[in-house]
Parts: sequence; structure tokens; C-alpha cells
Amino acid sequence: MTIEELIQDVGAWLAGDGPYSDVVVSSRIRLARNIAGFPFLSKAGEDERRQIFRVLTDCIGDMDLGRDSLLIDIEETEEINRQVLVERHLISKQHAEGEGSRGVAIGAGEQRALMINEEDHLRIQVLRSGLQLSTLFEEVCQIDDTLGQCVDFAFDQRFGYLTACPTNVGTGIRVSVMLHLPALKLTNQLEKTFRAAKELRLAVRGLYGEGTDAVGDFFQVSNQTTLGKTEDEIVEHFGSDIIPKFVQYELAARESLLKDRLSMLDDKVWRAIGTLENARTISSDESLFLLSHLRMGVSMGRCTSVDVSRINEMFLRTQPAHLQKLQGRRLDGEERSIIRADYLRGMLGIDSQN
Amino acid sequence: MNLCQNCNKAPATVHLLDIVPPDGEKRERHLCERCASEEGLTSQQHESINQILNTFIKKASGTKESTDLVCPQCGMTFREFRSQGLLGCPNDYTVFEKVLSPLIERAHEGATHHVGRSPNAGNIAPTKHSRLAKLRRDMKEAIEIEDYETAARLRDQVQELETEIQ
Ligand SMILES: [Zn+2]
Ligand SMILES: [Zn+2]
Repeated sequence: MTIEELIQDVGAWLAGDGPYSDVVVSSRIRLARNIAGFPFLSKAGEDERRQIFRVLTDCIGDMDLGRDSLLIDIEETEEINRQVLVERHLISKQHAEGEGSRGVAIGAGEQRALMINEEDHLRIQVLRSGLQLSTLFEEVCQIDDTLGQCVDFAFDQRFGYLTACPTNVGTGIRVSVMLHLPALKLTNQLEKTFRAAKELRLAVRGLYGEGTDAVGDFFQVSNQTTLGKTEDEIVEHFGSDIIPKFVQYELAARESLLKDRLSMLDDKVWRAIGTLENARTISSDESLFLLSHLRMGVSMGRCTSVDVSRINEMFLRTQPAHLQKLQGRRLDGEERSIIRADYLRGMLGIDSQN
Repeated sequence: MNLCQNCNKAPATVHLLDIVPPDGEKRERHLCERCASEEGLTSQQHESINQILNTFIKKASGTKESTDLVCPQCGMTFREFRSQGLLGCPNDYTVFEKVLSPLIERAHEGATHHVGRSPNAGNIAPTKHSRLAKLRRDMKEAIEIEDYETAARLRDQVQELETEIQ
């Protein structure tokens, strides 16, 4: 399989199904690991980076990542394709823009992505649509155990799994859940909700992770504490406690919109549809914003002409690198806005002749 | 409610336990939100490792020995770690343990020991440390709901287990 083939599909974790999928877009669990006997990357020379890369790709190669898996040497990958991987949430921006020997192994359906030589030697990530943390946890442990038989991970009796940054030490686990919270936004309750999240020592970020503002009412909630709690406790706390609470708040806000402010709600949804179906040029931020309202309309049964998986596909394919792959050439900002509008009209069933 | 020790005007809502190098003397401080945030501390925002480092190191900067620490295996100095926030090799956790521990505690809600999975351990029984962590959490919860009887019982168990571990 190649990146060109990968791009034909939409990752299975964007299927729009799974528990709580009205509100929960996707779940992810990541484990940070380093190989014993090697320095962390800040002190690793290019020779050592290469060795780490080779050791890990060998181990991963022996593992069954499923049909259609893909091992990518990022150093050898052209920039537009690196950007595609970032837009598909398979690698971090930092990994795309980094230097030296590094890579990513992608499993079937894009539900597994193992980053090699990012901040740590290895970051095992698994993804699913909706809230499926126990399944993910089982899966990530299985990968961890399998690879643990191939290499020795740096581990200490007191501090647990040793990571380059002490904020990840211990379990090295990061549980992240992507939420769609348009009704909390429309009812001005987001800030209150996030304040509660921060008191629980959770991080809340916008759609594209660190350092980005949230566009389109999508938020990623993740744990920050990795030491002193077992993985089970962290996962369990997220899956049965924290996330259901967020979902409950959002659904209550949706209920109140349906009950008290139906015209305002429908206006948002149908204006979004009107613009998406008619725009001749549209920026990435505006399309995110409008697609978010469309998704809200569909999740709340106000509009049935399109399903959530198709909306997720539009989110993915309207991003810059995907648009350029679609056209097969570099596009400047203005060209992208035109192509994006054409694409959206096509997806919503309006032909783009006039 | 107590007033902020710094400005004496606003109620103290941020409570800190500073560990003052070099001998780890503990000092409690109670600040209002505003004074705390002026020091780069706040109870609500996530403290990034750099923030933690900055506030922590400010106090440690007087001690020459901590900044001069260097890992013989990778050459990382504590000074260098301070500026970039990333360690150089697994051995750094041992070399810098004394200066790193309070910082790690602070980043992880006071936790001092790993509990949970370990390489190739399969299904391990809960360790003493994980039992201790759970007891401490239960004790905190008991205090929060003002069930002091349970809290006292749990405190005894915690102390017992602590001496066992040491
Ligand atoms: Zn004050
Ligand atoms: Zn070192």
C-alpha cells in the first residue's frame, strides 16, 4: 500500500459510528516508549537515530498490523504527503516538520499509527470512531506486549516507563477523545465546561491539537497526569466518568435548543447548508465552521439529506494538502478556496456548472 | 477564609507547598489567584513543563550543585534540561533524581511512584505502591466528604504501608 492508495479512503475511525457518536467523534490512546540502552532523541546522533529506526521498523515488520498496512520513512517522503498524514491525524505536526531519521507505521483502516523517533523513540497510537476506550486499551496493550518481546523498553521501578519529557513519565499513556460540542457553544456554556475540565487536570485543545484554537466546535480532551495512577484507572475514569459527563452536558444543551430556540437552531443549520451548497469560494475556517453546524443539524435530526460519515469525509478532504492531492498540483490560497467550494457543492449533490 | 499572604487583600485560593533546596525544607504558602498567576502559578490552568520548571528553578537557581549536575552517559546537564524541557537519556532520571522528583510530583498531582504496567509482567498483582496510591486517594476523598472516621482509619493504613515500603 502507498500514500496515494491511502488517500483514496477515509480512515475507519472517521466512520461516524460507535458509542456516543452524536457527540464523540473519535477516541485515541497513545503510549510513549523508549528503547533501553539508547539516549533519548535530544542526545541521539544521526547514527543512533538510524539504529533506533531500524530496530523498531524490524520489530514492527514482524508484527501483524493487518492487511494494507504501510511503513513510511518520513525523511524520504515529500512535503505534501507529510502534510496529508498530519491532516489525517496519523502523525503530529512536529513529526512532519522534524529532522533526521524518523517514520510512521500505519495499520489497516488507519486505526493504528506507530510514530518512530518523534519526541520519544516510539509512540504507539490506536484510534476508533466514537467512544471505544476499552477496546483501544486492549489493543494498545497487545501491541505494547508484542513489541516489548522484541526490544527492551526503558523502565524504572520508581518512575515507570522513562520518557524524554518528565510530564509523560510513568505509564506514558495519553487518552484523548475528540468531542463535537456545538450546543454548549451556542448556549454559552463552553467556558464553564472547560473550567470544570481543567480542575480535573484535563487538557482541552482545538481540532488540530497543541497550539491551535478550536475551529468548528471540535475539542480534544486528554489526561495530563501519567504517574501514580494505573492505565486502567485512567482509561476507566475517562470512559465511564469524564466523557459521559461531557456528552450529557452537550445533549442537555441540545435538548434546550430544540425546546426553546428551535428557529435559531434551524437557522444556523440551514444557513450552513445554503452557503455550502452555493459558495463559489470558501476558506478552510469557514467551511469547518459551517460543516460543524451541518453535523449538528444531522446529529439532532434537523436535516437528513446527508450522513455523518459523509460530513467527516468533507472535513478531511477540504484541508489544504488533501485538496492539492485531489487536483494533483500545488494551489495557492485563492485557488484552494475555489476548489474547496467546488468540491463541497459536488459532495452535497449540487452540480457545479454555473 | 484566609487572605493572600502576598497582598493581604484577596482571599487565598491557591495553596502551595514549596520545597526549598538544597535540603528540601518544606514551606507552605497561600496566595490569591492574581498573585499566584503573577508568579506564573495558577490552580486552573495546566502547567506546562516549562512553567513548572521556571517557577521551580527560580528557587533552585541559588544552588550551584543542581545546575552543575551532569549525566556521565549522555552529557546532559541540568542547566540544559532546564532550557529545553527534555531529558537526554534514561539515566538522567537517576542522576537528576533529587532535583527532578519535586518537579515530577508537581506535574503529576503529587504522585511519586509509578503504578501500573511494567515490561513483560503480564497480569501483575497490584504492587504495594499501587495499593498505597489507592489508599491515599480514598483518604483524600474521605476528607473531602468530611468522613473523618474513615479518613483516620485510612491514614493508619497508609502509615503502616509506608513503613513497610521503606
Ligand atoms: Zn494576593
Ligand atoms: Zn543522560
